[in-house]
Amino acid sequence: MADKNGFFDLSKTTLSRRTALKGMAAGAGLALAPGFVRYSQAQSSAPIKIGFQSHRTGIGAAYGRWYEKTSAAAVKAINDAGGIGGRKVELVIEDDGTDPARGAEVVGKFAKQHKTDIVFGTLFSHVVIGSAPAAGENKIPYFVVSEGHHVASTKLNRYVFQPGITDVKSQIKSMAPWIAANAGKKVTQIFPDFAFGYDHRDYLPPALKAQGADVIAQIAIPPTESSFTKYFPQIPAETEVIYHVMVGPAVLTFVKELGEFYGSQRPQLFGFMDSLEAVDINSPGLEFLDGSHFWEGSPRYAQPDDSAAQQAYRAAVGIDDNGAAVGDPKDVSTASHMFGCWETLYVVKKAMEDAGYKGPEDRAKLVEATEALKEFAEGPEHPQGPKTFNGKIHQCFGIQNISKVEGGKLKVVHKTKIEDGLYEPEGDYTTQAL
Amino acid sequence: MRNDSPAKIYALHIGVLALLFALNFVLPDYHQGLFARIMALAVFAMGYNLLFGYVGLLSLGHAMFYSAGLYGAGLAVYHLGWGVPEAFVAGIACGAVLALVIGLLALRTSGVAFMIVTMMFAQVFYLLILYFAAWTGGDQGLVVQQASRMITIGGASLDLTNSTVRYMSALALFSVVLLATLAIVRSRFGRVLVAIRENEERTKMLGYHTVANKLAAVVASGAICAASGAAYALLFGYIGSSFASVQYSILPLLWVLLGGAATTLGPLIGTLFMYYVTDITSGFTSAYLLIVGVALILLVLFAPKGVLGSIRQRWLGWLP
Repeated sequence: MADKNGFFDLSKTTLSRRTALKGMAAGAGLALAPGFVRYSQAQSSAPIKIGFQSHRTGIGAAYGRWYEKTSAAAVKAINDAGGIGGRKVELVIEDDGTDPARGAEVVGKFAKQHKTDIVFGTLFSHVVIGSAPAAGENKIPYFVVSEGHHVASTKLNRYVFQPGITDVKSQIKSMAPWIAANAGKKVTQIFPDFAFGYDHRDYLPPALKAQGADVIAQIAIPPTESSFTKYFPQIPAETEVIYHVMVGPAVLTFVKELGEFYGSQRPQLFGFMDSLEAVDINSPGLEFLDGSHFWEGSPRYAQPDDSAAQQAYRAAVGIDDNGAAVGDPKDVSTASHMFGCWETLYVVKKAMEDAGYKGPEDRAKLVEATEALKEFAEGPEHPQGPKTFNGKIHQCFGIQNISKVEGGKLKVVHKTKIEDGLYEPEGDYTTQAL
Repeated sequence: MRNDSPAKIYALHIGVLALLFALNFVLPDYHQGLFARIMALAVFAMGYNLLFGYVGLLSLGHAMFYSAGLYGAGLAVYHLGWGVPEAFVAGIACGAVLALVIGLLALRTSGVAFMIVTMMFAQVFYLLILYFAAWTGGDQGLVVQQASRMITIGGASLDLTNSTVRYMSALALFSVVLLATLAIVRSRFGRVLVAIRENEERTKMLGYHTVANKLAAVVASGAICAASGAAYALLFGYIGSSFASVQYSILPLLWVLLGGAATTLGPLIGTLFMYYVTDITSGFTSAYLLIVGVALILLVLFAPKGVLGSIRQRWLGWLP
């Protein structure tokens, strides 16, 4: 087929029957080769695979179970409405044991073994921080639902996003105006002596100061403590508000002993619902909380003014008016956080559709499309409320609820504005290479 | 441990290293990454084995040496902006110095008391990490950024986040520690350690300073564990207090028991086995730790000396 100069000259080529048959067979073989079929499917109808890093075991298991339920409900709703860009969505679940080392391995497993399009769903901050390097190295977008300030601190990397739940710094900041105006000006903080407590220790005093109130004492309680009475004499007598964020199984003892310490004459109490997620507010020992106030991400109890979107969301996830599983009143949900899974999956859908996402080769486009998002309107996709999104720090901002314990239920008495929780960005992920 | 077949022994160890080298090119991506982790952690197990297997000192506090290396290297990069080689050396130095101090105190005890004292010191170390959260990141930990995990030599740079570079770095560390462990256990020093394990009084009577030898073993063990921690921080980019928790003192004990205490290759086998049992079974059930537990019970019942220990007892008496 080549001429004497070594160039191909098709005009002089004679095509024998055997050559033609060989060519056709090779062509048909190529077209039918498994790889080719897979590729063409990936472009059209193969499902979008979302790697769900779930806390199935370990300290986060109660959250993990509800995160799975909420995510499954969101995926069903998305698929029923046609999927993402016409493709069905499939959740691939791996347990991270609520352990940062295993978390990083799981991210690697999603990227390299399951070949998922993204990784999603992590709650506990140490697992997020432990897994973030693996997400960056594998260049796989990692959408967390953690409420930690780690993403917005810009200390992670460009592949990590938190677009479905506000961060704790923003939550604390937006509580300050209400506390100063309604609960009292002299605040004593009681918090666990580890990172979750430190966020409250560090962010509340300046936020209250700006509202003309003061933190007059900070009491850190070691995580190993099981009895708290000895700490209560440290609470200054002039305290008007006790701001408490104890978490874990010890919280019941904490509340009970606080009740025994104060009796009926107590200062105002303000807490974060993180203390009582998946715990029945009517558990024995919690009576002392009656009349106190809590931050709630999304209300546990159905409210009279719930939007149609909120009602539809609750029905889809399967929680009753008391925030417990339908059919099992003892199985209390983690309502303040799990809505973030629902909303994050809808952000992923929007970003993928904006990016014209086809497959893992478009992950960088997906990152840029997510960074380009600005706001999410309240509605079926964002039932907790409207949000804005800062693409430079990969963090959303939204409204918060302040609820009062009344008659064994939590009643929302105040909703903050998005602006209440805004703060100066601490960096810019978009300057990092993709 | 007999000295009658050095050729076989070296051939076996070189063969294992060659196999691990070759695996880099044939393992699927995910397993290549997993093997890099396993080799880095097998170094931790080898460090533990030196003290537990050969000297017979059961420590329940080795997480502190591992995390001394982890934080020594990680914080040097994070706060001081040190390069990878200096940070790695700093990590090992932290572990060695800590082991020297802990050894001087803890070796005044033995047996159950040694277990308790080491566990208490490790708990102190863990709580110190939480206490100095402003520098250590506390229970959430810190990320060692990708950009700072590069080694620049002359004009060339090695990116430790590249999967092949990472695998080869882990293999290089594993090889050095494996051969060093082999050299130690075949040396006079190694024999004195085994003699202490078998009968400390008699070893003393023979004129050996047993405390000095045990202290040297604690420091060597601590330094090796710290090397593993330092490697983990630099290769995988995360430092956190969970690595200093009691769980990470128990894990190397399990890996060594599984693979075979007082065998040079046992730690690798134990780590490999535990990792893969967890990885595979967690895909089927959330009760995977139950399966790991059952596997451990079966092993204790039917092969109490661990995989390689049993093989040595039954068939290959020459295994070091």
